[in-house]
Amino acid sequence: VARMFLRLLSDIQWRAAHSKWRRMTSSQRSTSTTAEPHPVSLPAQAQVVICGGGIMGTSVAYHLSKMGWKDIVLLEQGRLAAGTTRFCAGIVSTARPVSIELKMAHYSNKLYQQLEQETGVQTGYMKTGSISLAQTQDRLISLKRIASSLNVMGIPCEIISPKKVVQLHPLINIHDLVGAMYVPEDALVSSANVSLALATAASWNGVQIHERTSVSHVTVQKGRVTGVETDRGRIQCEYFVNCAGQWAYELGHSGEEPVHIPLHACEHFYLLTHPLKEPLSSSLPTVVDPDGRIYIRNWQGGILSGGFEKNPKPLFTEGRNQLEIQNLQEDWDHFGPLLSALLRRMPDLEALQIMQLVNCPESFTPDMRCIMGESPTARGYFVLAGMNSAGISYGGGAGKYLAEWMVNGYPSENVWPLDLKRFGTLQSSRTFLRHRVMEVMPLMCDLKVPRWDFQTGRQLRTSPLYDRLDAQGARWMEKHGFERVKYFVPPGKDLLDLDHSKTFYKPDWFDIVGSEVKCCKEAVCVIDMSSFTKFEISSTGDQALESLQYLFSNDLDVPVGHVVHTGMLNEKGGYENDCSIARLSKRSFFMISPTDQQVHCWAWLRKRLPDDSNLVMEDVTWKYTALNLIGPRAVDVLSELSYAPMTAEHFPSLFCKEMSVGYANGIRVMSITHTGEPGFVLYIPIEYALHVYNEVMNMGQKYGIRNAGYYALRSLRIEKFFAFWGQDLDAFTTPMECGREFQVKLEKGMQFLGQEALLEQKQNGVYKRFTMFILEDHDTDMDLWPWWGEPIFRNGRYVGKTTSSAYSYTLKRHVCLGFVHHFDEKTGEELVVTTDFINQGEYEIDIAGQRFQAKAKLYPFSSLFTQRRRKDEAELSGYQRE
Amino acid sequence: FYLTPPQVNSILKANEYSFKVPEFDGKNVSSVLGFDSNQLPANAPIEDRRSAATCLQTRGMLLGVFDGHAGCACAQAVSERLFYYIAVSLLPHETLLEIENAVESGRALLPILQWHKHPNDYFSKEASKLYFNSLRTYWQELIDLNSGETTDVREALINAFKRLDNDISLEAQVGDPNSFLNYLVLRVAFSGATACVAHVDGVDLHIANTGDSRAMLGVQEEDGSWSAVNLSYDHNAQNEHEVERVKMEHPKSEEKSLVKQDRLLGLLMPFRAFGDVKFKWSIELQKRVIESGPDQLNDNEYTKFIPPNYHTPPYLTAEPEVIHHKLRPQDKFLVLATDGLWETMHRHDVARIVGEYLTGVHHQQPIAVGGYKVTLGQMHGLLTERRARISSVFEDQNAATHLIRHAVGNNEFGTVDHERLSKMLSLPEELARMYRDDITIIVVQFNSHVIGAYQNEE
Repeated sequence: VARMFLRLLSDIQWRAAHSKWRRMTSSQRSTSTTAEPHPVSLPAQAQVVICGGGIMGTSVAYHLSKMGWKDIVLLEQGRLAAGTTRFCAGIVSTARPVSIELKMAHYSNKLYQQLEQETGVQTGYMKTGSISLAQTQDRLISLKRIASSLNVMGIPCEIISPKKVVQLHPLINIHDLVGAMYVPEDALVSSANVSLALATAASWNGVQIHERTSVSHVTVQKGRVTGVETDRGRIQCEYFVNCAGQWAYELGHSGEEPVHIPLHACEHFYLLTHPLKEPLSSSLPTVVDPDGRIYIRNWQGGILSGGFEKNPKPLFTEGRNQLEIQNLQEDWDHFGPLLSALLRRMPDLEALQIMQLVNCPESFTPDMRCIMGESPTARGYFVLAGMNSAGISYGGGAGKYLAEWMVNGYPSENVWPLDLKRFGTLQSSRTFLRHRVMEVMPLMCDLKVPRWDFQTGRQLRTSPLYDRLDAQGARWMEKHGFERVKYFVPPGKDLLDLDHSKTFYKPDWFDIVGSEVKCCKEAVCVIDMSSFTKFEISSTGDQALESLQYLFSNDLDVPVGHVVHTGMLNEKGGYENDCSIARLSKRSFFMISPTDQQVHCWAWLRKRLPDDSNLVMEDVTWKYTALNLIGPRAVDVLSELSYAPMTAEHFPSLFCKEMSVGYANGIRVMSITHTGEPGFVLYIPIEYALHVYNEVMNMGQKYGIRNAGYYALRSLRIEKFFAFWGQDLDAFTTPMECGREFQVKLEKGMQFLGQEALLEQKQNGVYKRFTMFILEDHDTDMDLWPWWGEPIFRNGRYVGKTTSSAYSYTLKRHVCLGFVHHFDEKTGEELVVTTDFINQGEYEIDIAGQRFQAKAKLYPFSSLFTQRRRKDEAELSGYQRE
Repeated sequence: FYLTPPQVNSILKANEYSFKVPEFDGKNVSSVLGFDSNQLPANAPIEDRRSAATCLQTRGMLLGVFDGHAGCACAQAVSERLFYYIAVSLLPHETLLEIENAVESGRALLPILQWHKHPNDYFSKEASKLYFNSLRTYWQELIDLNSGETTDVREALINAFKRLDNDISLEAQVGDPNSFLNYLVLRVAFSGATACVAHVDGVDLHIANTGDSRAMLGVQEEDGSWSAVNLSYDHNAQNEHEVERVKMEHPKSEEKSLVKQDRLLGLLMPFRAFGDVKFKWSIELQKRVIESGPDQLNDNEYTKFIPPNYHTPPYLTAEPEVIHHKLRPQDKFLVLATDGLWETMHRHDVARIVGEYLTGVHHQQPIAVGGYKVTLGQMHGLLTERRARISSVFEDQNAATHLIRHAVGNNEFGTVDHERLSKMLSLPEELARMYRDDITIIVVQFNSHVIGAYQNEE
């Protein structure tokens, strides 16, 4: 083992010639912490302190220094690239299902390719390509979906037959394969050397690198980072970047003001062998066999093969720090199933001699996506960690986006799926993380079908009606820890069990949701929507109104009792949040936004609201249960329960009133449904929730009331062309681009955030346009269903991707929503998208490589709104135009 | 004829029983975590019996296995009655008085034992009144005797064994007006049973053994390996002391005829047993009882047959040998089993198999490649074999079942061979007895933490 360790070390080319930092440390290869003289003392202050000298820390340092920030100190508790980075398998793979991750990996690949030339450090970069194997048709579908999105990004990629697989890699046993995906430009690197190369380039650019320096904690004053305490003294700084890998959680919790970074380490095993008799070529492609849960790459004439087992071993739950990752124990019994998979895939390797089983912990996050961004509580505290074992693939791109974020205030791509603020304290429990990562690690290889959900760490946040709904057949999904109903299985009807209900085709709940939708259209349904984020903002004087008028694009100076749909826009006019705000009184507002906005929206407002003790913002999410009564008979149910007239004359659309329902008083009733259907949302103080629910269900019986879930809601809102934040809308989408000019009051008499950008768009036009597509030749029973992220083709050319989709039970067709761009045919330059451009194209949607004709629409079907109602048009996005 | 693994499992698991002791039973924290027990018949009906109960008026738990011969009547009676005799022997004078007064005045009786029974373990309803009267006579005598001393467990066990055997003998001599009962008490007396009983109270473990069932302690050494400590001596021809004892009790003239072909008087394997009045009563008594007995008894050649060289009865006793052991934290479990197990398995294998079962697979030595030259194929083979070993552990939820699986299914390499298991379990009734004996096993698991705490107190 000792020899092995040295061998790994010798992979690293220590280029003394160029490295400044090389001189700062003793050359002795001791892993102990024993004090050695530190020839260079730490600076007393710096603009940025980066903690962690792995691939993430060095990549951030590299990119920051490239962007012109020079006053940077990088601290590493052991030696550079000595943690997870050293033991990383070094596979750069772009085949990622999430688009932002794909972009990061693509950029990383390009960066590493030229890194050796730039720095002179040998990175071992070798373009080998990769083959992802499919043992089942379902797996092949998921590969085809990835292939579609790689192709439209210009990354070469093809679906190949098993025969072609053998041509690419002679050792592979193909008898159980149905196909494969080949990505010829994927690469191998020595990850430690990449990290050292990045560090070298960074140090040329002025970054100071100090090894053997541990950060004990970060000091924060008045919500801003002020400095870093280390075992070698204090450094004052404006920015701190936590790139501490699996120790990031602990480091985040070490300060007085904890920064919650939900990640947890699991042991990860891979095998190294001696060379084959005829050593494997170093250009042989990497093989990924997700059904066998393994990956196999060539390594020094032999192979390196690891995987993601079904029963992972989480570790360091209690948090045990250690300087560098020593080789943890080899556990052959644990590796057994993966070894079986390896020998099944490459039977000729039986006689190959084992060199070592490496155990190197990797950190995993609750949703399988990495963590990046600024802390919601401590400004200047940035995080980049939790790579879910894809650190080398993401390293370059992730470092770039974080550097952009720090320098420009925002990254150049929508990184919300990776934003630290998608999590809150609720994902920070060690028990939760331990259980969740045990599910996440096997999921790396599991087949992910549309609307899959996590099974662990559930029932954390629930509505007070949870048990009632569950007893009535509710099936649940989770968002931000909150249990939400998907649909209700009627008594006597059995659905397939979880494993069998996994499908890319028509799901087993199709008819169930259909009848819920029908009930919403014809009678009335109740959906528990308690998970929505709810804030109250009030002030003694006009501060609340003034501040909100600046922070929101619509005009909030409406009469008391009115509800306003508005975007919370950034400087570029993009949606940071999309909410409904009710004016409760002259000086107080009730704000409803999507569930996963709880942390982000709070931080956004906190940062921008004036520091005024007379202006109070409170998170009241937990105080109210929300019942959405959707359907034409909602009005009857409610008026019977409240003895108050609820008709349009008394209770117009987009109106909010406190009233009594049953015995319970003080129920906030709003005439919105988030679907475009008539109805009301009741915001009920939680202790009344059960009472009001019972009353509504009892009274509703004669109107045919029933429970419904979010799948019905989604079908309704998508056929009405309603965009949802987080699905369709993001920080890079403006109201102008999604037909919501009517929610922007450019002339409301005062400045607001994003106004300039919107004015410019209004004058010059938009570069993408939110469009609704109705699939024409799609057979709901036989064809693959769309999900989201499907490429859109106009006249045969790629113009954008879908963002959400649903079956419309009214149209009896699939509806996809997505953005259409206009790329110049020659230069690829983005051009203005006009209404004519949209209307004059022939469209196709690509579902896993198969294209379906689609009709594009910029406005919803008016024929759907047979129950014409009053002012509802205002709620129907895009219907009422300026 | 081939049994599938589920069929094998349903046979093996038909009689399995587990009991987990509540952590705190109201009096003390128990040194016993719980027990697993199981039986696999070879005779039809099975002649083995098992019992387990918690003493309610004193502390401690009783567990026992009983191996019957010449029928199951004696083993059945002993399994029902012996623990009451032991419990009564252990009771202090005041409690005995209280119980007697309650019976006298027709009040509800203090419960003496809480039984832990498998649904197949039955008590004979018809004889309960008879059994109760005999027991009552016993405690009345104990009350009259009132020694005033605190009861010694060893003595209590010996007294209970001897008293019960005496009562069995007396009941047969006296007979019963009810013809069913009359026949029953005779069958009990003319058949026989060995008994191996454990009494556990805190760190004090007493084993009282009569016959050739065996008690074995499983000890985990510091290096994690398992060893076995015998807590009973077999009373059979292989035990020199026992042969010596028998010879001492009879005139020298009988020395040659006492033990023939490793059997007592050339007939009986165990040298001590309950019942078996044919080895205890005088020839006259035997003849008188048989003649006055029911026809069924007269028709039975076995009962009428007088052992050869029968000169100075009794040749047989039910008096147990008692061994006291102070439990230590390394004493992890106790196995009580009838000779059906010990015939097929060495005690060291029993200790290892149960030990590894109870601690799970984690103690399987991890594999390290180190500097050795191992190929992927070799490693794969090794891991597959280890997994197979583990999976047979996980099939069983009961340590006794697991042990039976090994006892019946082990091949020459000490691993369970399904084919062999299937063959052994599908033997026709008349053949089964040739290849194996009834097996009854109780595995008691100890709570090392509690035992450690007791030790520290002392």
